[in-house]
Order: sequence, then structure tokens, then C-alpha cells
Amino acid sequence: MSVLVNKDTRVVFTGITGKSGGFHAKLCMEYGTKVVAGVTPGKGGQKFEDAVPVFNTVADAVENEGANAACVFVPPPFAADSILECLDAGVELIIAITEGIPVRDMALVKKRLLETDSRLVGPNCPGVITPDQCKIGIMPGYIHKPGTVGIVSRSGTLTYEAVWQVTCAGLGQSTCVGIGGDPINGTSHTDVIKLFNEDPDTEAIIMIGEIGGDAEEQAAAYIKEHVNKPVAGFIAGTTAPPGRRMGHAGAIVSGGSGTAEAKIAAMMDAGIVVADTPSDMGQALLRAWGKA
Amino acid sequence: MNIHEYQAKQLFEKFGIPCPKGAATSSAEEFSSCIDSLGEGLIVVKSQIHAGGRGKGTFTDGFQGGVKLAKTKGEAIDFANKMLGNTLVTVQTGPAGREVQTVYFTEGADIEKEYYLAILMDRATSKPVVVASTEGGVDIETVAEETPEKIFKAFVDPAMGMQAHQARKIAFSLGFEGKQAGACAKLIFNLYKMFWETDASMVEINPLISTPDGGVMALDAKVGFDDNALYRHKDIVEFRDLNEEDDKEIEASKFDLNYIALDGNIACLVNGAGLAMATMDIIKHFGGEPANFLDVGGGATAEQVTAAFKIILSDENVEGILVNIFGGIMQCDIIAEGVIAAAKAVSLDKPLVVRLEGTNVDKGKQLLAESGIEITSADSLADAAEKIVEIVKAQ
Repeated sequence: MSVLVNKDTRVVFTGITGKSGGFHAKLCMEYGTKVVAGVTPGKGGQKFEDAVPVFNTVADAVENEGANAACVFVPPPFAADSILECLDAGVELIIAITEGIPVRDMALVKKRLLETDSRLVGPNCPGVITPDQCKIGIMPGYIHKPGTVGIVSRSGTLTYEAVWQVTCAGLGQSTCVGIGGDPINGTSHTDVIKLFNEDPDTEAIIMIGEIGGDAEEQAAAYIKEHVNKPVAGFIAGTTAPPGRRMGHAGAIVSGGSGTAEAKIAAMMDAGIVVADTPSDMGQALLRAWGKA
Repeated sequence: MNIHEYQAKQLFEKFGIPCPKGAATSSAEEFSSCIDSLGEGLIVVKSQIHAGGRGKGTFTDGFQGGVKLAKTKGEAIDFANKMLGNTLVTVQTGPAGREVQTVYFTEGADIEKEYYLAILMDRATSKPVVVASTEGGVDIETVAEETPEKIFKAFVDPAMGMQAHQARKIAFSLGFEGKQAGACAKLIFNLYKMFWETDASMVEINPLISTPDGGVMALDAKVGFDDNALYRHKDIVEFRDLNEEDDKEIEASKFDLNYIALDGNIACLVNGAGLAMATMDIIKHFGGEPANFLDVGGGATAEQVTAAFKIILSDENVEGILVNIFGGIMQCDIIAEGVIAAAKAVSLDKPLVVRLEGTNVDKGKQLLAESGIEITSADSLADAAEKIVEIVKAQ
């Protein structure tokens, strides 16, 4: 079935009266997500789309509407504060879409996050979707189909590419998790792989990574040790020049570490079928699964 | 964002990090007065470019060394004249090198021993980490690989900040004693303060030196900042040197486009950073060479797409263009309109392969087909990459 979100997830959108927050909240509602509240300080008492109550604080949204997940759409200078507010209000799952949050702010958020039982996905991510049940984020809903493939990725559109290939192959997804392209994030590849591994309804996994850091290597080590489900993967950035940030703040090869080669080698060593090209992700999964 | 050494040293002074007295100028007429503002003795003449390996670099006219030690004022001026306006090639600049537009003069320091000191954000722990070594003035990655026992680290709790005992421990680990250990600890403490308060992504002092009179100071300085945090540091934004950036990258930044110039001949225009990287990779996979990285973002407008086209076409090496869009929030028909407008605006005369997928894809394809512009359309990313590589090779 799914991890992290399902048909019972009750979502509060922070920044719901903003342009992109409102736009995406509406799309999530149309998809069928239970958007139960919005938060914009000073606009408490209003209704979003004549249906969703807007509150001044996240705590009010939790107390009045039983929100157990939050989607953070607040602009970068205020996003860390919004995440911290969600943590203080006890929201179990916080999905931060905002791109461009200063790393210093995220270091403080991460420190606070570890003191709580909440989970943060992102920031700078497309969000999380369990097809036909709940979409929290900016991904196009219609490319997804319910199924048993779990997908985890740092990138947005590259995830859509994988989702589409899986859907076109006649398969579907259990849950797709975009963990985001920032150097400090709330949930790692390994965290999501663990969830997929424990989810009885996820039968196979696609893990998409990119240059920078060593999160993919760690996930590969975990997979080698603990995961028996078929896993396919892809790493973007084989041709990226060292020392340059490739769009994502975290996508940088520095001092010879974080290279695509090292990640691909670690994944192959863990028995992951690594796609040769981004067009080959769906087929790589079928090969890993013995269905090719 | 990176800054020059002389700018970093200005920040060092502000935060109480000792370094040799220095003066920088972009004008040969000011060489003399800069040198006069320093004390007696040896003078170090340093080319200011945003790249490491300056000391061992070579200028394109054959002059050796981007950092020189001069015994007299006359010699210093002579070195500076040879550097200013000249192009310095180092291991980090690539063969094209960088033009030296500023020269920095500093007092020569009496070096007892060289060390290494840096602070950066550690991704694995999400904490700032201080990295220090008794091996200074050399490549720290080599030290880490060959003699890891000579590297000392301290992870700092971001909420509490650097504690005095952490700074002391590093100073003692480096072998400092007595008052000099105190001076070193204070320098580390102040460097952390600067790292945190300026939203630096990295500060590096290589070498940090001890002097026979019991001092500890920064001989070199390399500092980079978190671009996401620049909005709250107007003073640091002032340090930005556009001469150090690619013209096309500067233009792209005006339109909020993520563009990085590369050496190949196949330009690409993609939405999303991961997909943009993957598109470069697949061009290479099929035997082509990408000319750039270009992410137009998740919600690009027709205006941005037009600007993006103009930028990639201003690269003389470009012989073909690959547009790869997975329309999610960004709708394919909007992209198609942008492509058509751009192709007309720039009188496109280079082969163009377009791969559209996602929201409103049929509408987008129809617009392209009816536009009268010569476009090769592709069904998948692999198909698109193969086509553009083939077309460019056949030219």
C-alpha cells in the first residue's frame, strides 16, 4: 500500500494564501488529498477556496482540524521558522517544498528535529505521493498509478521521469518520496529505503541519486545488508564539472568526494541494478525484478 | 559565492583573526602607495583570482608564479606589473586561465611552522565542523588520505555555537603550548564566529602559521558563502566580482535560470536540476558533448525560455540544441510557446531536437508542428539524445 501518507492523512498547508502555496494546495485537493487547514499568520478566520479554514498558527490547525501532516510553502527567509512551528505543534510529518532555505537555518532545524518524534521530508523537494490516496507536493498527479514500486529521489523532474517509465511499463507506485536537493535535509535515502523495506506492499524499489555528499553510498550499504527486495537505481551528474553546484544546493563534487562514479560503484556492489541512462530506469527495475 | 583573498582578509580583520598587513589595488599607479602603507621588510605580491594553486601557476606569457616574494619595493612593483592584466593559469582555472585584475601586497611573515585550518558544514552530521592539521601549506586531501592521524576535527553544536574548550583542544592537538595555544584558540573561536555570522559555506586558512615571537596568523584566506543566505548579507554581496564569472552565467542569473557553461557543442534546456544533469549525462552516453547545464526551473515563463535560448546560442561552440521538458507543473504548451517565440526572436539556425512529456503534451507538440520552425521531435529522452548527437555529428 504505502509509506508516510495515505487516504487518512490530514494535511495543513503553511503559506496557503500565497501564490504558489494556494495553487498547489488546490491541485492537491483536486487530487483527493484531505487538506484540512491552512496557516497564514494574520489571516486566521478566512476560508481558502470557500472550504478550508485558515488559522493564524499551526497549533490552532492541529487542535481544531486534527492535522497530522504539514506541507510547508513559505518563502525561504521564513521557511525554517514555519518548520520549527510545525515541530512545536507536534505535527508528525512535515513536508517542506520551499527551495532556497539557508543552510545555517537548516542546521538549527535539524538539531531541533532530532529532539522530536516528527519526520521532516525536504526541503527543496517535490513532496510525497501515494497514488490515488494522497498527494502532498508539486508533482503532477496523473503520471502516477497505484502499484507496488517505491521510488525515492533527490530530484523532482527526474522522479517524474522514473514514475512515468514505471507507469508506462504497466506497473504502479506504492509511494514516491522526494527527499530534496539540499545539503541538509530531514529524511535521507536510507530512511525511506528502510520504510519501503518494512512496507509489505512495496515489492520493489527505485532509488535515484545525484552527485554530492555520501547519502547514496550509505543507502547502498544499508541495502546490501538488509534489503532483499529488488532495487534499481540511477545517479545523475556523471558529466558534472567538479566544484560547481549543479542547480541543487547539495549537488556538488568537492575535493574528489561525492562523485557519480563512487556512488554507482557502491550501488552496484550492493546488488542494485544501475540504469545506464535516465531513459533506462524503468527497464533497469524490470531487470532487477527478473521481469525483463 | 566566492570572494578574493584580500576581501576575505578584510573580514578576518573585522572578526579579530590576525593576518599580515596588506593592501590591494587594481591600478598600477597605486602600487607604490600600497607598498608604502606596509611596514619595512619583505613584500609578498599576490595575484587575486578566484582559484587555488596561484603560487605554482604560470601566466600565459610565460611568467612563473602568481604569488611572489620581493626583497625590495622596486622588485615588488616589477612583479605586480607583470601580474596585473596578465592571465594566470593554475590547476584550478583550466587552460584558459583567469585575468588578474587586482594585485594584493602583504608584509612578509616570519614563518616558524605551517598548519591547516578550515570550517565547513558537514553534511553527514548537519553540523559545522572545524578541520585542522599540523600539515599546512600542502593539499589537505592528500594529507587526509595518506596521514589521517594528522587531521583533527571538532563538530560544533549549531544551537550552542563553538565552545572555548573545543577551540583549546584543537590548539593543543596542533602542538601549541602556553600563550601561543591561547592565541590559536582565540583565532579558531573568532573564525567560527565569522563562519556562522556571515553564513559562510566554507572558510579555509592554508597555511595558518606560527611565528617566532609567539604569534599565530592566517597567511592565506579562502572563503565561500551560502548563496541562499546572501539576501541577509548586503555587505558581502558587495564583494561579488563579476569579472570572475562567465558572462552567460551572469545573464542567466538575471532571469533566475540555473546555467553553467561547459566545453561541449550540444546545448541543452531542461526543467529541473536532476533531469538537467541526467540530460547532460545521456548526451555524453550517446557520444556527444554537452555545452552547458541549464535548469529553467519548475515554473518557467515563455520570457525565461526565450532568455535561456539567447544565452545558450551566445555560446559560439554550440552546434545543436536539445530541449527536454517533463511538464509537471510546467505545462508543455507553455514551453512550446516559449521555444517558438525564442526561435523566431533569435532567427534560430541551429538544429533543434525537442522532447516533451507530461501535462498538455499533445497541445505542445501540435504548437511546435504548426509553427513552421524546423524542429525534430523525439519520443523519449534516449531518442532525443541520440537524434541530436547524430545530427550534430553529420554536420
